[in-house]
Order: sequence, then C-alpha cells, then structure tokens
Amino acid sequence: MPVITYREAIRHALDEELARDENVVVMGEEVAQYDGAYKVTEGLWKKWGDKRVVDTPISEAGFIGMGIGASMLGVRPVMELMFWSFAYVAWDQMINNAASVRYMSGGKINCPIVIRGPANGGTNVGATHSHTPENFIANTPGLKVICPVTPYDAKGLMKSAIRDNDPVYVMENTLLYGMSGEVPEGEYTIPLGVADVKRTGSDISLICHGRAVLTCLEAAEILAAQHGIDCEVVDLRSIRPLDEETILESVRKTHKAIYVEENKPFCGVGAQIASLIQDKCFDDLDAPVLRISAVDAPAIYSPPLEKLQLPYPDQVVAKVLEIA
Amino acid sequence: MNSVAEKPKHVDPTDFAAAAINQALSRERKIKILSDMVRIRRFEEKAGEYYKGKGGQTFMGGFLHRYDGQESIAVGCASLMGPNDHMITAYRDHAHALAVGMGMNECMAELFGRATGCSKGKGGSMHYFAPDKNYWGGHGIVGGQTPLGAGIAYGLKFKGLTGSCMTFMGDGAVNQGAYHEALNLAGLFDLPVIFVIENNGYSMGTSQCRSSAYKNCLAYRADGYDIVWDLINGWDVYEVRAKMQIAVERAHKECRPTVVEINTYRHYGHSVSDAKAKVYRPEDEIERYKQHFDPINLWKNRLVEESVVTESEYETIDNDAKAEAQSSIEFSLASPFPEFEDITKDVYFEVDEFTAAGRTGRHFFND
Repeated sequence: MPVITYREAIRHALDEELARDENVVVMGEEVAQYDGAYKVTEGLWKKWGDKRVVDTPISEAGFIGMGIGASMLGVRPVMELMFWSFAYVAWDQMINNAASVRYMSGGKINCPIVIRGPANGGTNVGATHSHTPENFIANTPGLKVICPVTPYDAKGLMKSAIRDNDPVYVMENTLLYGMSGEVPEGEYTIPLGVADVKRTGSDISLICHGRAVLTCLEAAEILAAQHGIDCEVVDLRSIRPLDEETILESVRKTHKAIYVEENKPFCGVGAQIASLIQDKCFDDLDAPVLRISAVDAPAIYSPPLEKLQLPYPDQVVAKVLEIA
Repeated sequence: MNSVAEKPKHVDPTDFAAAAINQALSRERKIKILSDMVRIRRFEEKAGEYYKGKGGQTFMGGFLHRYDGQESIAVGCASLMGPNDHMITAYRDHAHALAVGMGMNECMAELFGRATGCSKGKGGSMHYFAPDKNYWGGHGIVGGQTPLGAGIAYGLKFKGLTGSCMTFMGDGAVNQGAYHEALNLAGLFDLPVIFVIENNGYSMGTSQCRSSAYKNCLAYRADGYDIVWDLINGWDVYEVRAKMQIAVERAHKECRPTVVEINTYRHYGHSVSDAKAKVYRPEDEIERYKQHFDPINLWKNRLVEESVVTESEYETIDNDAKAEAQSSIEFSLASPFPEFEDITKDVYFEVDEFTAAGRTGRHFFND
C-alpha cells in the first residue's frame, strides 16, 4: 500500500472531490497561487484553475460568510482557515449563520460547507495561534466536527465531510502534516461518527482524539513493555456525531478509562465522554474516569514549557499507573 | 437633540416616473405595488396589536421590529426581481417576505410560534425564509447577513446565472466589520450583489450622526472599494425602482456590485419593546414623517393623480388587506404549536433525511 503524508492525503481528498463534483470549490488564504500556507493545496490551483481554487484576502468573517452564503445556493465550498485560531474573527458566520440557518428556516435551507485547517498547540506560536476549538464546535447543534490523526483517516473523513450536506468543521494539525501512513489507492470514504480502535487491549481504555492518539499509542507501548499493562486506544476521529458504542464497548471490556486530549479541561471533550461513561456503564467501572488535558492556561510560548503543557507519553503512563 | 431631522435629506428633482422601467409598469402592477405596501402595513399593525396581548393573554414572545414607513423599499425592490434575483435582509424582515410573495398566514403563524409558521415556529419574527421565492432571510445579527448576500451572489456567478442578490441592512449595520469585508470581497471578486442600506436615521436609539463617521453619506464609503454607489429618496416608489434597476442591470450585465443608500423613516421604534422610541426622536419629527412622507400615501396620491386608482378602489384594497391580516390571526390562533419532538428536527439535513451519513454516530445528547 502506498505510504503518503497526512498533508498529501488531504490534498488527494480535495483533488478527488474537485474531480467528482463540479460544485466543489476550494477557497482560503494562500490556497491557490501560493500553494497553501502549509502546502496542503499544493498544485491544485495549477490543475483546477481560478474557478475551483480561489485565493481570498485575509478576511475570515467575510470569506467564510461568503462561503456559507454560496453553500445555501448549492455550491460546496471547502474553506481553509490558515489556523483554526483565526476562526474567532468569523465566529458569527460559523455559529450564528452556518449552524443555525437550517433550524431557523424550519429545514428549508442547508449548508454543505467544509471549514478545515490546523487546530493545535505545540509549535511555540503562542496563545493566539494554538487554539483547539473542537469542544466549542461540538457544543453547537447544527455543526459537525472531526479530528483525524492518520493520513488514512484524514483522506477518508475529508471526502465524507465534503459530500455531507451539513456544515462539517475539520480540525487538522500542523505537527501531523508531515507524518506518513498507508493510504490505499483509489476510492474510499470513512463515515463521520465512527470511532476507530487504534490498539486493542484488555486492561484499560485510553480514549482520545487528535494528536493525543499518537501520545496514547506511545504510552501504551511503554506500559506494555515496562509494566505489563495492556492498553486499548480508542480514537474518536469524529467528535460530533459521536460513536458512543465503541467507547462503551471498550470500557465494558477494560473497566477503566482515561480520556486524553490536547483540548483544555473545562468543558473539554473529555468532560463529555467522562459523563457518558459514568452514565451508561457506571457498574462496569473499577475506577473513576480520569482525564488528561492541556494544562489549563493560554498556550505558553517557551518551547520546553509548551512540551509540558500538552499531554506527553510519560504523563499518560503515570496516570494509568494511578488506577491500573 | 442630534436627530435625523437636523440632516438635510436627499432630494432629487428628477421625475423618475419617466424612467423606462417605470414607463413599462402596467396599471395592474402599479396597483399591485400599492396593495403590497398596504398589506405590509396592515400585517405589521395587526402583529403589533397581538404582540401587546389581549385580555391578559399573550400571543408572541421575543421582539417585533415593525416596518411601517419603509414599505416603498421592500416592495419597490421586489417589483424588479427576475428569476435569478435574490433577496436577503436583517431582522426587520416581514415586509421583504410579503413582498416576494410569502403568505400572511405563514408569516403571522411564525410570530405566534405555531407549527404552521414559515419556519415551523423555530425562527420567530427575525428569521423568515423562502428560498423557493429567492428569499434567504431574515437574519438577527446586525450586518451578519452581508457576507451571506455576497455569497449568494458568488453562487450565482459560480453557476453561470445572470442574476443579483439584493442584500438589505439598516444604517446601523454599516459600522460592522462583516459589511466592510463583504464590500471588499464584492469589489474584488466582481460579485453581482446590491447592498441596500435602508437608512431610517437611527441604529436602534442612536441617530446617524451619533453612530457613524462619514463623508457625504453612508453609501459613499463604497467609493473606497471602487464600488459604484447611489443615494435614493425612499419615499418615491418610482425613484426606488428607477435607481435600483440601474444596480440590477449592473449586476446582470457587468457582474459588478452596487451600494445604494435609501433614505426612509420608521414610524415606530427599533422594536415594539423600544419604550424610548419617542424620547430619542422629537415627537414633531415622527409626526412630520407620518404626515408628509408616508410612502403609502404618497404612492396612492400619485396613482390617484395618474387616474390609476380612485379613492374608493383604494378603500377596497385597504379593506382587503385588513381582512387578510385579520384572517391570518385566526389562522394562527387555530394552528397547533410544534410538538416537543420537533425541537430536535431541522438541525441536521442528514439526520432529517435519514441518509447513510445521518445514521452513523450520535448527533444529539439529550439523555
């Protein structure tokens, strides 16, 4: 199977969907002539031209709103945010308009729009460029939010997102763009709302999303090698819609669960999952559901400190040892 | 008091009745414009009456932003719409809805929160929609609809359709960043959008001179984006149509945007709950506009002068509008409220349509 990067996997998804549906248009800052700030869209403008791959000014509220308006008319815009941190200047459009227009119109309108870009800390760019707003999005009925971590997932989920008739917000990660993985040639999609067990295990469930999945997989290897603890790693992939069954099935098997994420703790995704687990399989639990999140402060710049602000494998190992 | 009355109002001595678009107006269509304006007035009056409640009973929640005094704008603009011309507006949206052909029943029932409302009781006063009539709402956040209007125009152009999107806003919206971003995009991408500033002189309770820094007029700001702009006297249906038609043609033929500022006046407050409506505006100002600048009276008088209608025919139009408004009340009162289960419908297309994409994963988290 070919091995390609996460960045290439997303590009392939965009390219294939541009070919598949003439209404798809890729739009954003530097996506066309510059080939993408993070080179995700490299070569697409050259291949598809001005109509299908469109450079926008630095004007998120304007161009995201414009994309939402166009989507109401049946265009299928795939909008790139150079960083998800910049979404806040377009928040009114993304929350009031995209999420609510179907509801407020009694179902007369829908918005088949995708808004994608990196949402991560860990690159020493300070608080304004390190936000992870998946929990904010998931808190908004009408929106869907996915956080793929492997090239395979990124391509399959992106294609489903583009074909979806509701607004889907895709959280990528600049630290993942260069990572490689196996991606089959040819057509495949991964449905939204289906989690993936990235490692099977019997002793404890590490439930996670985004880059924290890789942190958990690394921790699982350490725990297996040094402590004989067999971790199951459940990658949500999609936050909303949420695959509850896979989470609950894992917890019913292992009887212990830790949620690991790079999101902040208060009202983070892990808070929702912890609530779900105690609600739906309290009797299966042998220990409290624990959580590991980013340290609860704005993203710090100082490089060695930021490493400690985000979850890291030894931290997961220590947490597992508390209850294993 | 810094009121709108202190500012000289735009007056263009041109007789716009002579414009080709108005010369082409049949007697029937002139009367239709009159009756649509009257229907809007009577609808708003009836809505206002029931908004206040009757006999200790309340019928509506939320806000009610009445359009009384501005009718010539929505109706004049709607009268120019062809198959690919669209409309989107802010929260003072009842008039545009009726002007594009939505029924009084569905509009009134929406105010009553009934399942028969145009948005099934889910949108309320500020959120009317009829995409089948090229009407895209009905938006509650000041200025938030302006990028959407640019986007609808973008969609028309993308699909190779010759059309336009009339994007309405109040004079308060011109200070929102989203509007300026929409202007820049419209100019940059050559979008067939017409930004229509319905300038009633007050952004809620703050007069134009207390809320905007500007040169010449609010529309003049478009000059900085190299967008053609114009100023319109909103009391004259002929002028609204003649000047808007130029913008529509610019959209159709040149695929270029326009900004128009239409001077007008609202007879009531920002919303019905605007208790200070008569405090921030001198009472004689309100009376003067009601007496001398009521667009319905002016249009009616014009049509009487032209022998298009008689006073008694006008009476009939008015009585019909009152009866239609009353009947929409009865329709609303007889309509059911949405069911509890309806709260979670119309959130996700894929769930409502029970598609494959709507069946994987949990979409709602209520238990």
